[in-house]
Amino acid sequence: MGATKWGFKKSLWVFHLNAGACNNCDIEVLDCLCPRFDVERFGIKLVGSVKHADVLLVSGIVTRKVVPQLLEAYEQAPRPVAVVALGACALTGGIFKDGYNFAGPVDKHIPVDAYIPGCPPRPEAIIDGIVKLIGKL
Amino acid sequence: MASTLNMFIYFLIFPGLLFTAVVGLLTTWVDRKVSARVQWRVGPPWYQPFADILKLLGKEIVIPEGAKRTGFLLAPMAGLAAVTVVSMMLWLANMQGVGFVGDLIAVIYLLTIPSIGMIIGASASSNPLASVGASREMKLILAYELPFVIAIFTAVSKVSPMSLKLEAILEHQAANGVLLGHPSCIIAFIVAVLCMQAKLTYPPFDIPEAETELMDGTHMEYSGPILGVVKLTQAMMLFTLPVLFITLFWGGLQFTGWGLLYTIVKYVLIVTIAILIKNTNPRVRIDQAVRFFWGPVTVLAIIGIILALAGL
Repeated sequence: MGATKWGFKKSLWVFHLNAGACNNCDIEVLDCLCPRFDVERFGIKLVGSVKHADVLLVSGIVTRKVVPQLLEAYEQAPRPVAVVALGACALTGGIFKDGYNFAGPVDKHIPVDAYIPGCPPRPEAIIDGIVKLIGKL
Repeated sequence: MASTLNMFIYFLIFPGLLFTAVVGLLTTWVDRKVSARVQWRVGPPWYQPFADILKLLGKEIVIPEGAKRTGFLLAPMAGLAAVTVVSMMLWLANMQGVGFVGDLIAVIYLLTIPSIGMIIGASASSNPLASVGASREMKLILAYELPFVIAIFTAVSKVSPMSLKLEAILEHQAANGVLLGHPSCIIAFIVAVLCMQAKLTYPPFDIPEAETELMDGTHMEYSGPILGVVKLTQAMMLFTLPVLFITLFWGGLQFTGWGLLYTIVKYVLIVTIAILIKNTNPRVRIDQAVRFFWGPVTVLAIIGIILALAGL
């Protein structure tokens, strides 16, 4: 395993992209960063710019309005980049699947590496999903 | 020939690039760990900054459409080279007494080059948020440079005869006790630590790279290895500035016996002060920062230099 690969596994910088979520998943993401779960122990931190990101964390149904932004963010992220779909909406559309504004789940638009179900997913579930993602990289 | 080779080793390995990078990255780990403990978290393991830099080396460099490639890519390199030279000069003055007349002036201007490099790089990136960050960085430089220079000249004016040579300041302190024993230099030291906070763009003066409203501002468009260079420059600044203050005010670095331990304690103490200020203060607006540095801090620095000229 090369040094850069090792570094990639030990230091995932997450760009959180809200593609039309109800904010409940977003609050659970912040819970992961707080003292009780503290994912910085594993080198995971949130970054402000998509140019710094290793992981795109997409939450929410992908609304029709947000599809171009989602594709642009995915194209701008420097490779290698992993995509995580967070929450029932991002996986399937959840309770909004019949909405007029629903433009398909995340994996209809960009390839997804890990799925974390739940409405919202518990912080333990998010950490479990990230661990599985790291094992897969 | 041998001396040229020596200079390369000084620049690239021992006091220069490699050593400064390793100690600087370890210091950023101390920063993150202490911040985590202040926030009642556990914090990252010691190798975390190294993992970050290694990871960034393996990533792609994205150059934004419409950016000026040369300026965008070369500006962070200029910052890295400048901070390496400063670190080398400080360590050589401390270890071997090597220096030249006026090397303190060279140190002062080389220390502004990383900030100027970020201004050039952010302006070349053709991103509106990055250019707002660049303009804020410019105002911040205008704000802190004056008290910083006055604080350094307080130390210079305590040395008799007055000298702009780092070695002369160190010799004076070796003969007459550390400069921090004088009230004027205590004031200058406080001013210098406040200016260090702004030079490192740490909170409360992280205005150019505000994460929430500017999305990392000046660093926004950098990615991959070039972002690694930017982060490395910041880490090396975090190492170099405390060494400068120890050299000027606190008797310099010692390398024998208990002196080595004392040097490490001094260094960690200054870094910890910076980290605690960082963790206990919210970000101020740019006008508040300029008013703070040109008002109370400059007045404090002028009081310090008047006391020093009066012989205190």
